[in-house]
Amino acid sequence: MVRTYALLAWAWTRAAAQYPLSFAVMTVAGFVTSGLDAAVIWVIFANTRSLAGFGVAEVMFLYGASSLAFTVADLLFGNVDRISRHIRAGTLDVFLIRPASPFVQVAVDQFVPHRVGRVVQRAVMLGLALSRLGVPPGRAWMIPVMVASGIVIFAALFALSGAVQFLLTGAPEVANAFTYGGAQLTQYPLNVYGADLVRGVTYVLPLAFVNWQPGLYVLGREDPLGLPPLLRFLSPVAALALAGAAALAWRAGIRRYRSTGS
Amino acid sequence: MIEATAVGRTFRVRGSVVHAVRDLSFRIEAGEFVGCLGPNGAGKSTTIKMLTGILAPTSGRVTVAGLDPSRRRTGLARRIGVVFGQRTTLWWDLPLKDSFELVRLLYKVDREVFRRRLGELAELLDLGGFLATPVRQLSLGQRMRGDIAAALLHDPALLVLDEPTIGLDVVSKAGVRDFLRRLNAERGTTVLLTTHDLGDVERLCRRVLLIDHGRLAFDGTVDDLRALVPGETSIEDVVAHLYLNSPASPRTPPAPRPSGDPPSVTA
Repeated sequence: MVRTYALLAWAWTRAAAQYPLSFAVMTVAGFVTSGLDAAVIWVIFANTRSLAGFGVAEVMFLYGASSLAFTVADLLFGNVDRISRHIRAGTLDVFLIRPASPFVQVAVDQFVPHRVGRVVQRAVMLGLALSRLGVPPGRAWMIPVMVASGIVIFAALFALSGAVQFLLTGAPEVANAFTYGGAQLTQYPLNVYGADLVRGVTYVLPLAFVNWQPGLYVLGREDPLGLPPLLRFLSPVAALALAGAAALAWRAGIRRYRSTGS
Repeated sequence: MIEATAVGRTFRVRGSVVHAVRDLSFRIEAGEFVGCLGPNGAGKSTTIKMLTGILAPTSGRVTVAGLDPSRRRTGLARRIGVVFGQRTTLWWDLPLKDSFELVRLLYKVDREVFRRRLGELAELLDLGGFLATPVRQLSLGQRMRGDIAAALLHDPALLVLDEPTIGLDVVSKAGVRDFLRRLNAERGTTVLLTTHDLGDVERLCRRVLLIDHGRLAFDGTVDDLRALVPGETSIEDVVAHLYLNSPASPRTPPAPRPSGDPPSVTA
């Protein structure tokens, strides 16, 4: 699967490299616009000293960790939400006659290497936040674990949103609500939202495991909502459980695929 | 090579069940050249998709190259080649030879074997002039030859083509037909194609399957097909007659095909 992905991603990268100027401009533009996106944090903190009890560096850390995970997942798997277009155009048939996973082929189709610009920007942001926080080494090990879990969680959400489109061919927007919506939601400390929503994204759709629960551990904070402290170590478990559910859903979707006319 | 036993496929469309294919049974042996005919919407493409693993049948059993297509999809993909006349399997923005290289890597074809095979195919299909051209800039005839080459790089035992001559001019059509005939005769590759072009059938196919209303309406040679409608001599008129006189909805179940070889018809 990894080999197939790399082969096809390389082919798309070469195709993109036929237009080097466009590639460079798009990469830089991605870096800059996602930087502006992040500048919202400064706007907020120009008006207040804390957001739901969290300081600017802490919010930057939560934002950076979540959006780094999201931009990586989006770079690698974001195109899965184009599956309904492939179904309608019949290109999914082409993926199905090749000796390779259709999930990988859909994910890598039209691979856009310039999305790397946004990934780099988010990595820089996370790095800046960490340099201001001075996390003790005893807790820093959680940072790569949480980013990796976050990537898996968002990738699983993309796969689930793709699987749903086998049923609702006309409605990628419904699915986007969970992927892009999830990314938006986790950019701020979750206690700015209502307690019911936080419970929902902890126990039902495990978005709280992207950055909130493990982030509380990294920051050495009590859970403002008083949920069990064990939760902050469960990100990999939540990520694998969601990935398993996504794999089953995707398989069921392929199985009930009906193809187009001719 | 292909064995279909009582195969059916239904689709649920707004609450009602549509039978795209029902109770279809046939065998195709290695080395045959078979054409699959039928009016639009008769179930040809659905059948092809079940044989290639794209769609799972809702009833019955399919075996292709010894495998159950929808369950062993990737294993099957290595043993068969598939060409869609209406859409390309090549990479739109890449030069043709880069598409071939990707196919080589996806199918894990040995580099030396690939080089030799591509050389043969490039010569037979006359690809030399446009190997370096991006696929999006190829003419339909060039694109189709490229697609056929891509489907054969891993040297499959069975080649399935869905309307391979659609939209091609006379010269391109003749080139494709000539290539397919030689592929079948000289290399022994089994060929199954669907078409609306009766020239394909007359010039290529030793055997014809006619699918109508999702059922097998005829299975036999081109001459047998012609003999079905006395008085009509052109194959075109024979097939038009069969299509027009087929029941709008099957009123009688199809007669089971006798075990001997006289062709049966229910149209």
